[in-house]
Formats: sequence, structure tokens, C-alpha cells
Amino acid sequence: MLLRHTNDTIIEREALTINPAKTCQPVGAMYAALGIHGCLPHSHGSQGCCSYHRSALTRHYKEPVMAATSSFTEGTSVFGGQANLLQAVETIFTVYNPDIIAVHTTCLSETIGDDVNQILQKARDDNYVPEGKFLIHCNTPSYVGSHVTGYANMVTAMVKYFSGKSVTKKNQVNIIAGWCEPSDMREIKNITSIMGIKTILFPDTSDVLDAPLTGHHEFYPKGGVTVPDLVSTGDSRYTIGLGPFCSEDAAVLLENKCKVPFDILNLPIGLEATDKFVMALSKAARVHVPDEITEQRGRLVDMIADMHQYFYGKRVAIFGDPDTVIPLTEFLLSLDMKPVYIVSGTPGNKFGTAMSALLSEKVPEAKFKNGERADMFLLHQWIKQEPVDLIIGNSYGKYIARDENIPLIRVGFPILDRVGHSHFPITGYVGGMNLVVKMLNAILDKEDRECREEKVELTM
Amino acid sequence: MIHTEIDTQRWKEEVLKKYPKKLAKKREKSIVVNDSDVIHPIQANVRTAPGIITQRGCTYAGCKGVILGPTRDIINLVHGPIGCSFYAWLTRRNQTLPPTPESENFMNYCFSTDMQDSNIVFGGELKLKQAVREVFEIFKPKSIGIFSTCPVGLIGDDVHAVAREMKAELGINIFGFSCEGYKGVSQSAGHHIANNGLMKHVIGLGNTIPEGKYKVNMLGDYNIGGDGFELERIFEKCGLTLVSSFSGNSTMEKFEAAHHADLNVVVCHRSINYVAEMMEKKFGLPWFKVNFTGAEATAKSFRKIAEYFGDQELIDRVEAVIAEEMALVNAELEKVYDQTKGKVAMLFVGGSRAHHFQELFTELGMSTLSAGYEFGHRDDYEGRSVIPTIKVDADSRNIEELDIEQDETRYNPRKTEEEKAALAEKGIEFNSYDGMMKDMLKGALIIDDLSHYEMEKLIELYHPDVFCAGIKEKFCVQKMGIPLKQLHSYDYGGPYSGFEGAINFYKDIAMIVNTTIWKKIKAPWEREVTIEAEYAA
Repeated sequence: MLLRHTNDTIIEREALTINPAKTCQPVGAMYAALGIHGCLPHSHGSQGCCSYHRSALTRHYKEPVMAATSSFTEGTSVFGGQANLLQAVETIFTVYNPDIIAVHTTCLSETIGDDVNQILQKARDDNYVPEGKFLIHCNTPSYVGSHVTGYANMVTAMVKYFSGKSVTKKNQVNIIAGWCEPSDMREIKNITSIMGIKTILFPDTSDVLDAPLTGHHEFYPKGGVTVPDLVSTGDSRYTIGLGPFCSEDAAVLLENKCKVPFDILNLPIGLEATDKFVMALSKAARVHVPDEITEQRGRLVDMIADMHQYFYGKRVAIFGDPDTVIPLTEFLLSLDMKPVYIVSGTPGNKFGTAMSALLSEKVPEAKFKNGERADMFLLHQWIKQEPVDLIIGNSYGKYIARDENIPLIRVGFPILDRVGHSHFPITGYVGGMNLVVKMLNAILDKEDRECREEKVELTM
Repeated sequence: MIHTEIDTQRWKEEVLKKYPKKLAKKREKSIVVNDSDVIHPIQANVRTAPGIITQRGCTYAGCKGVILGPTRDIINLVHGPIGCSFYAWLTRRNQTLPPTPESENFMNYCFSTDMQDSNIVFGGELKLKQAVREVFEIFKPKSIGIFSTCPVGLIGDDVHAVAREMKAELGINIFGFSCEGYKGVSQSAGHHIANNGLMKHVIGLGNTIPEGKYKVNMLGDYNIGGDGFELERIFEKCGLTLVSSFSGNSTMEKFEAAHHADLNVVVCHRSINYVAEMMEKKFGLPWFKVNFTGAEATAKSFRKIAEYFGDQELIDRVEAVIAEEMALVNAELEKVYDQTKGKVAMLFVGGSRAHHFQELFTELGMSTLSAGYEFGHRDDYEGRSVIPTIKVDADSRNIEELDIEQDETRYNPRKTEEEKAALAEKGIEFNSYDGMMKDMLKGALIIDDLSHYEMEKLIELYHPDVFCAGIKEKFCVQKMGIPLKQLHSYDYGGPYSGFEGAINFYKDIAMIVNTTIWKKIKAPWEREVTIEAEYAA
């Protein structure tokens, strides 16, 4: 057994996290910053942070992930990181020539109290920044929140640094993407394109972390939201934030700064969440929903109706980030599955409120927890107490899946041992169909492998 | 001399031009055109300039991830915010094989105190103590290691005091490491800190003398992809007893008994030579360098071990094993040699691998035109003879040097000075490592702590057939149409050590040079104009 020391006796823990369902802030900031065109993320801390985050993102995307570091030493930790950051800015603009450097902090630079805002101002004042180039930053102390918080903080920094209000409103809608895959961002753009709505999606990692092989390494791939587009978000008619944990702060700031009204929805994962997204788009842009979208929806509904018998009553354990896990839970309920155990390491009351609202009537026996010690060890112990039919989460779920002989479908971050997530969406109606197919395959592959010979079915 | 048409000196000047002046001056010393006759000094183990895109990681990664990570029966509790423990969770491929389904194996678990802002403000020691109690209550381990992350050192949590207190309270071996990420200039400092911790808290605790006639410790194999399993197989086949491996497929019990061996062989000089040095001082165990990467190198290393013990029966048995294994190795090599011969490799990885893996490429008839370490020191390039001349800077001075004294009762020099001298006559040099440069071609470019920019420029210059580095470099290089072989994870292949490892490597390099897709990068319509003529007509 891979996790041979895990048993079903739950001992209350106050200090110890085992097998976390989260990681720390900076990786989220790094990922979000990659969704700006021509941007080099910069980690203000020791080298290890940058190395770990680049490695995690690279293993997840199988793509180059470029980022720089302030390479703190013990001396830097004593005397402060200003000299290192200034030198980094000079080196980066000279050697790697980005349009933007997006600095995020680490627990190290936060603990010693570096004032990154002031340091960057000094860099600008002392002419470290070439004409037309930008420095932006956000604070991402690793001991607060999770990787999701870091993503939200960098997205908020985009609004803080760039969004501007000119004299004329533009007939466009802002979409703030919660943490999802390049494939999902591409699908969101597909939907708005079919609906004929001009949108600014930010951040946007499509065409950044799913780049083609050309024989040339594009240091700054063609994708990513551009600075002029970010500036013009202040003139948009409306903002739709997808995923409250990742997008709400930015949407609120954009309203305060530029008076752009907003709505916060879940990420459009599954039938209902996509319905709400399409409705919100229709309202915000004052367009009718075209038949093509209705047909896409119809195909998803058709598939669910036809395959319903394989899903009804199936018990599911889910772990991951709230913005993904909440609409996913909602989707499973629309398939009449039973999401019985749900954990997320990311703290925040919105998680519990959303889960109670979704589950209290339909699956009253469901257990869910988020924040500190809402970890995969606890999830595994719940599964030991009473098993499930399916696990949904990142690659770390494979250790539980193998020990308990439960199929796993990989959704979330990081997915280290499979590809496809960055190319095939789980958002939108198309993404809903992808999810249905994934779950169905996982459940039926196990059935086909393990059922008695006389029970093997050729047809479904 | 190699590639005479390439002016490496000019390349170096061109590359340095791009950097800000001060940085160019610094990098200049880390890029050396090799001259195997006269070893030129190279700058290594110095700070990476801020803003440079580096391969390097941190001290914590070297301590927790590399040295202590592969030991299955210790609980490694990381004291810090969640990320540090999360990123070191199963991301190195040190495999382990517990003897029974019930045997302890905590390597698939991740343990953290998950420090929150209140712990940073008010101190994290209470939380750490509580976490230790909880991990003990749930898992009942025999040992717990506590690893410090950046903020721990800054706020002044004393992990060593906590370890002592908890050791007394719980009655098991508990010890801490001050391996904050900002110490040192790379993972290397963490290796040293881990070595010190093993010496202080573990090695020598075991009183049971292991059975066996020829008892050896292997230092610096981490059982990546099963390297250690293959080496264990050869040790056993040769009739050698592997008392302890630092630290692939290891247990605390074996570490504790390591001083009962009669020889330390050092595989990865960079990461663990400290333990070898300290064990020699304290217990009288001699050490010499071996290399198990490459079939010839493996054969040579086992011959050295047999010669050390000097028993004809052992020498004959080792020769028989080598003959048997080499027949298989050569059969495989014959199949691929014509495909790999003349190809060009580059290696930028680790503190030993960029040297050791050149053996395998040489066996394949390939040449290594450029190489360098991610976290090596000057001695790994120039040989240990430079050690007395290495200037200790502020970043190295803060890493503790243990003051080791002879163990009063257990010190036992396994060989007299005369015996050592006699063995030296036969080519067995103790406490010696000649480094990478001596083995490399004249004119090869040796670059320490290669930056991303330099890597792209190197590839533009040489168009190597295979570039060896790690995950962060993998897809950048492949986007350029050059296959990258990861030498940290082996791209989930391996083992590459020993004889079977050599066979695996030959096959994998043949696979790489025979990959069709690299020739299909351009679409047909990018290669030729198809439509113009038709429209013109």
C-alpha cells in the first residue's frame, strides 16, 4: 500500500497538515502573470521558491515557464531585498527584455518587511525601467491563504496598475478568469465569440501555456492579455468575474476605480454554471443567445439524459480549489451523483456557505471542510470509513485511488502525470461533455476490468 | 581540440556583451574554455545574480529533498508555510522498497506545520511542538526530522530546542535542520547541513554489527528511477555487503550502523563527501571516489572495491560478474552504436551527473562539447587539489563545519598508511576526485550555473543532438527542436546506474536520436509554396 499508515480512526489535529490540498500563494501569482502578454513573472525571495513554482507549472503544462528570482542570500535577508530587486530589474530588462515584470513576494521578503511598492518606485525613479515598459507587483505572503489567494492578488494587481477610465465607454465586457486551464480560457472566449460579444479576458494563458512546437522558443508567446486591453477594462460596460475566490477582489477594485459594475459567478463548469454564465453574458452585452449555444447545451443535456443510469447515486470524493470544486459539485448533483466528501485547503467562508446551499437537501450526509488541515489525509480517512465510487482531484489523488481501487479523474492543479487538461476544456457545455465522458470512462473501465466474465457488456 | 570551426572564445565574448557590465564581469569567470592539459580555475558556488534565470534551487531543497528525502522510516516534518513541503512531496524519484507490506514507509506522505500569519507574528514553536506530538500519536515513527524554511530562521523559532524537548518527551530520535532556503547559494549548502545532521544525530547509534565479509557504504546514490536497486543487485552478485546507502532506498537503522562498514565509496562527490570525510576522522573508515554511471566506469569501480579488500576470491568473483554483465552491455551497445556515434551532447545538471553521464555518452561514441554544474564547487570541476585554495566567502561561512574528533572507543583505521600507499601504487587513490575538467575535451565550454540566456546561445552555436538538464529547461529546449533528456528525473526512465542502467541509457539515447517528430516540425506549406503557381495559371 502506498499510504499504508492511513487508517479510519480520525484523531483531531490542531497543528499538523498531512498531504495538503493546497500550496502557497506565489505559484498562483506566477501563473496569473503568465496570462499577461510579454510579461516575465519575478519571485522576490530565495531561489528555491522560483525553482519550485516553475517546476510545478512546467510539470503541469509540459511547456516552458519562464520566471526570474531575486536570489536572496542570508545577507539579503538581514539587509533587505532592495539591492537585489533593483539589480534584478536591470538584469531582466537588459537580458530578457519583457514588456512587464510582474513581481510577487514570498514568505521570506514578507517576513523581513520589504516594501516592494517603494522599491519598484525607486526603480522607476532611478531609470531602471525602459520607456514603455512596466513594473507591477502584488504581495503574496505564503503563510496567508493558498495558491488561489496568490492568483487573486496578481489579478487584482492587473486592475490596480492598468485599468483606466477614459471619457468614452466601450461596448465590451470584462471577464476575469478564475484559475483554470488555457483550454478553459480558450473555451470561454469561444463562447463569447459565438455570442458576438467583444470581451477582454484577463488573465489569459491560452496561447501561452499551450504553445505550438515551431523550432523556436518564443520567450513571450503570442497569447496573454495585452496592456492596452487591460487599460481599457475601465471603459467596459460590465465585468463578469468567474470564480469568487479568484476574481471578486479584482472586480470590486475595478468597480471602485472605474465604476464598472460587476457580477461574480462560478467558473462555468457544468450545465448550471454555464447556463448562468451565458445568461450573464447575454444581459451584460444585451445580446440574444444564439442557436449555436443552445445547440451546444442541448448536446450536453442529451448526453447526460442518455447516460444518467451510470451516474445516478454514485458516491464521489472531490478535492481541489473552491472555484473549481463548487461548480463541479453542482454539476455532479445535476447528474444525480452524490458528492459525499469534499476538501479544499484554501480558506474562506464562501466555501462552506456554497457547499451547504448545494448539499444540505440533496446529500445531507455529505462531509466537507476547507482551510487549514482540510487535507487529503482527512479525505482518505473519510473514504476508509465509507468508500466512494469515484475520486476527482489532482495527480496526488492517484495514491488514494490505487490503495482503495477507486477510479480517479484528474481535475485541478497540479496534474503531473497526464496531459490533455491544457488542451481539452472542462468549462462551457463542451467542457461539460468532456467531464461526462471522463467520468463515464473511468467508471466503466473499472467495471469492464473487474466484473465477472458473464457480466461483461459489449454495449452501453 | 573539437569543432575547430567554432570559436568558443568569441562566443563567450558575444554572450557576455548582452549582460550589464558588472554582471558580465562576474559571469566571465564562470565560463571557461577547457584545456585538459592545464586546468583553468572556474568560478563556482557563488551567488547567482538577481534577475538571472537560473537552474538552481535552495538550501531546503538540498537538505530535505535530496539527502533526507529517500529515507523511508523517518517522518520529515517541514516547519513553514505549506508550499515548501508541498513542492518536495514525491517530486524526486527516489524509489524505495520496504521489505514487507507492514514495514514503515512515510515517503508518500507530506507533513507540514502549515504556518499561518499568526505563527509568523507570535512564533511557531508551540505549533511545531503540537505537530510533532500529533505526528507521533498518529504514526508512531521511530524518528522525526524537522526542517526549517525561510521564515523560521527569520522569526527565531529554535527547531533544535524543540527537537530536544520533544525527544525527551516522546522518547524517540528527533532532530532539526537549520536549512532555511536563503542560506548558501544553492541546494549545495543544504546537502552540507544534512550531512552534518546525519553525523550529529544518526551515524554511529547502531550497536549491532552487520553480517558480511566485505562491508561497504555507498554514499551519494539516491535511487533515482531505481539506480540504487541496480547497484544493490551488483553488490550482492559480487558478494559485497552494502551496510548503508546514503541515501537511496535507505532506513534510519542502516544509517545508524554505517560506522560498522570497512569502506565508504562516494558516488556523488558534491552532495555527500562531507559524511565520508567526517566518518574517516571519527571512525577510521577510508573513502574513495567511484562512478557507477557508465558500464566501464562501473566495472572499474567494482574492481577498485575488490582491490581494496585485496582478497583474490573477491577479485575473481568481481571479474566474473563484470565479464557476464559486460557481455550483455556490449551486445546492446553494438545494436545502437552506429546510430549514436558522432553525435553531440551537452550536460548541465547537478553536482556530479554532468560529469558522470559523459561516460555513457563516450561509450555511445558521442562527444560532450559543453557541460557544467547547477550547484557544483570548484573541486567538482578542477579536482580536490584546489580545495585549500578556495576562498571561503560569506555565503559558505554561514554553513556549519563540524569539529569532528576521533571516537575514543570506536576509531579503527581500516588500513595503515603503508597499506594505503601500496593501494595507491595500484591506482586506488583515497580522498581524491579529479573533477570534470580533466576528463573533458580540449576546447569544450565549461559553464557553471548556466543561465537561460546562455543556454539558448549554446544551442544556437552547437545545435546539439541531445541536451541534458532538468524540468525547467526541458520544454524551452524542445521548443527549439532539440530533444532534452532530463538527468534529474530521467524523464521517468532508468535506472541508468550500473550495467543494466547503461543498457537502459543506450536504448533511450537511441530512441532520442531516432525520434521522427523532430523532422516534422515544419508544415508542408511552410516548406514549399504550393498555391502560388496554381493561382497564377
